[in-house]
Amino acid sequence: MIDAPVLERVLTEALRHGGEFAEVFAEDRSTSSAVLDDGRVEELSSGRERGAGIRVVSGETTGFAHTADLTEGGLLRAAEAASAVARGGGTGIVAVGPLVATAVQERGSDGAATPSLGSKADTLELLRRADDAARGSGDSISQVQAGCGASRRRVLVANSEGLLARDQQARTRFSVSCVAVGDTGLQTGFETAARTMGFELFDEVSVEELALLAAGRALSKLSARPAPSGELPVVLAGGSGGILFHEACGHGLEADHIAKDASVYTGMVGQQVASPLVTLVDDGTVGSEWGTFAIDDEGRPAKRNVLIDRGVLTDYLWDYLRARKEGRSSSGNGRRQTYQHLPMVRMTNTFLLAGDEDADEIVAQTPRGVYVAKLGGGQVNTTTGDFVFGTTEAYLIEGGKITEPLRDANLIGNGPEVLKRVDAVASDFAMTPGTCGKDGQSVPVGCGQATLRVTGVTIGGTAE
Amino acid sequence: MSTPIAVGTADVESGPNGEVPEGPDALLALAERVAGWARSGEEVEVYVARGHETEVRAYDGEVESLTSATSAGIGIRVVVDHQLGFAWAGSLDESVLGETLAEARDNARFATPDEHVALAVPDGVAAVPVDLWDERLAAVPTTKKVELALALEAQARSADPRIRQVDAADYGDGSVEVALVSTTGIRSSSRKTSGYLSVGVIAGDGEASQTGGGFSVGRGFDGLDPDRATEDAVTRAVRLLGATKGPSGRSTVVFDRRVASTLLSVVSSALSGEAVAKGRSFFAGRMGERVGDLVLTLVDDPTDPRAYGAAAYDAEGLACRRNVLIDAGLLSGFLYDTVSGSRAGTASTGSAVRGGFAGTPGPGCRALTLASGPEGFDEAGVLAAVGEGLFVQTMTGVHSGVNPISGDFSVGAEGLMIRGGKLAEPVREITVASTLQRILQSLVAVGSDVEWLPGVAAGQTLAVGDMQISGV
Repeated sequence: MIDAPVLERVLTEALRHGGEFAEVFAEDRSTSSAVLDDGRVEELSSGRERGAGIRVVSGETTGFAHTADLTEGGLLRAAEAASAVARGGGTGIVAVGPLVATAVQERGSDGAATPSLGSKADTLELLRRADDAARGSGDSISQVQAGCGASRRRVLVANSEGLLARDQQARTRFSVSCVAVGDTGLQTGFETAARTMGFELFDEVSVEELALLAAGRALSKLSARPAPSGELPVVLAGGSGGILFHEACGHGLEADHIAKDASVYTGMVGQQVASPLVTLVDDGTVGSEWGTFAIDDEGRPAKRNVLIDRGVLTDYLWDYLRARKEGRSSSGNGRRQTYQHLPMVRMTNTFLLAGDEDADEIVAQTPRGVYVAKLGGGQVNTTTGDFVFGTTEAYLIEGGKITEPLRDANLIGNGPEVLKRVDAVASDFAMTPGTCGKDGQSVPVGCGQATLRVTGVTIGGTAE
Repeated sequence: MSTPIAVGTADVESGPNGEVPEGPDALLALAERVAGWARSGEEVEVYVARGHETEVRAYDGEVESLTSATSAGIGIRVVVDHQLGFAWAGSLDESVLGETLAEARDNARFATPDEHVALAVPDGVAAVPVDLWDERLAAVPTTKKVELALALEAQARSADPRIRQVDAADYGDGSVEVALVSTTGIRSSSRKTSGYLSVGVIAGDGEASQTGGGFSVGRGFDGLDPDRATEDAVTRAVRLLGATKGPSGRSTVVFDRRVASTLLSVVSSALSGEAVAKGRSFFAGRMGERVGDLVLTLVDDPTDPRAYGAAAYDAEGLACRRNVLIDAGLLSGFLYDTVSGSRAGTASTGSAVRGGFAGTPGPGCRALTLASGPEGFDEAGVLAAVGEGLFVQTMTGVHSGVNPISGDFSVGAEGLMIRGGKLAEPVREITVASTLQRILQSLVAVGSDVEWLPGVAAGQTLAVGDMQISGV
């Protein structure tokens, strides 16, 4: 995208007025999406943007400017704007470069096949197949929307410490949402598959299966009764249950919250913060999961980081800025939505390691409770640790058996308390993709776990 | 961790390349020029936007970050034989314009022909001018913005001895110009400026910590009120200190203005004519029926200049107008853009909205308010009228627990108990549940304390009866 000598001159300009660190993050991103809704292909959309974000760190202050103009002149102007914060800082001149390309290979340049894009016609065929499958699954399915989105993102990171790294990231996502209509009104079902790969996603994923899952979810809830209200044991099916850990502790372990003492986990490294059954890992290197990448958006290789080891907090998640203050290295968790955003500490794929119990047995040993087959999302206040997560498919457990379907509800708990209440973990590990929002930026993440039980969580249903 | 993944974002920077001169006229001329490239038999709509923004974050007496940015981009819709295609680019470079049009044109070939698909045509409704541009903003030097952010942070830190941390203190401003031109006769341009202060504080120590946020919004730099943002944040955090998990049971719930604004905007998505036409709204098939209590009159009026979302033109270039959606409890109107209006056998209500140049238009509200109770019926008045219940100051998990299709409603909450018509002890880690249908039927009181908050709905204190609380 940009030649090394140009990058060196831009970094030098960025530090001309002072500052200790400068970085150029350049991105060229193209996206395409297609939506079939109400039986019609309603919209194909294509987009393209490219540009660079330049930051200058001077003491405690970061200056940031971005530009869509990738010529040397455009980059120099952005560097000048970003350096404004360092003016008068008087920290002396920092020598830049020479830039040394890191060992990270561009995906597709190391002999592997370049991710394929899939033609518009092929995409529409997938959408139609999903629509047919969903509508064919029951007369009560009254509406179906299927969507397919693909993005290609080439990134380049260069900084004043000599780092030069590139990556090419392809992501593909397919989703189906259904509405079912019955005596009790409308119910909804949703399912999605998303991976860090090209159109090859559809060699691994059946859109018909996604459609049937989404439709089945909506149909089953037509006979759902209101969710209970109050505290009950909760069994979370493998996959989307990982959202619980994303919220209960994942965000609270991000070093930016820790640095501001805005997390319940501040100062707790080395302490028992969870049940011994909990070993939590954040790993940006796993296969082609949704939160996977070769380098983070600060040019650091993705890593596998153990956060909680058998209940003991072992480490936080770090980006460059927070790691620098602690005199350690980044854990490869500096991410940003686009070149127009500053990087911050983010999760990648966050999951609980599998246990050795049998999933069915965990349900059988739960006299009364709630079985959550699918979670839709969640939210946390890292300072208090209070968090919610919402069900999109759940059932009552009565006498050790999964019985009646329940209407959607949020569950609420406190992170450190809930982590200690995990009393059974099965071996049926699965991952699920999601979009994580923080401080106005969204990034793709994965989360996962095996079927597990929490001895008590407050369920926010309407039944008394 | 739940919002669906959106491909493409708004607000892109074009860099200070100076190729398109300053001012709305230059943008209009550009949009006209691109629309002029339409071939015979096709209709083309060109949406061009350009903006500047500054953001300053203060922390612990220093500037944590300073961002300054200029953004520009184009979004093009092409309709050929009732087939729609769309493409966008985060740049106004000459080389990009033609490519984007060609891509939109190609995308149109793949859409299913649909007789209702068309671009907006002028409908004769005159736009009500609203002045949303603060000329003075451009002259405010960055140093003054930095000073204001630092002052906000310092003020919040020292506002109360129980405040132990100010984890975010931000100043931000922006200006955006938009031009919209189509071959069907649409030609509109608009511009607006905005400014905000936002502060987040932490009260208490260790396990007893509580958080609060406050803000002040305006059309520019002048008039932003750090006192108000600070007081709001500090009050919210401090009054939650000592909160315990609240009791379970049925209760009347009073929603703080900010929370009520979120609640209204969720309800509004069920009033979208598109959602209704596609059977994705619990209001579908209920036009003219009683959907709420008599006190419920809901209006969307973007022509009210006080509204944060005020606008002269909608996202298809038609005049924004006042639309009554629920009238004394009777469902009386939906929000339509051109396509959904046609599908419903009616016309656009001037309610198209879009998420910048990277998005396509769809119906939505901009400036919702509820007809209010008697003058002076503020939060204290509503609390006194309610007597006993729960006051909710924060609502969480709206995206994961409120479904505008089924109407299911279940959210996390924190707030204070209401005893003897006054705020009493704080509670946390509880849920509040009902259905949106029942909430509208169970509206007990609507405050007259209208506050135009950022977003699409005004804030007014609301009281709703018979909600289920889950706690201890």
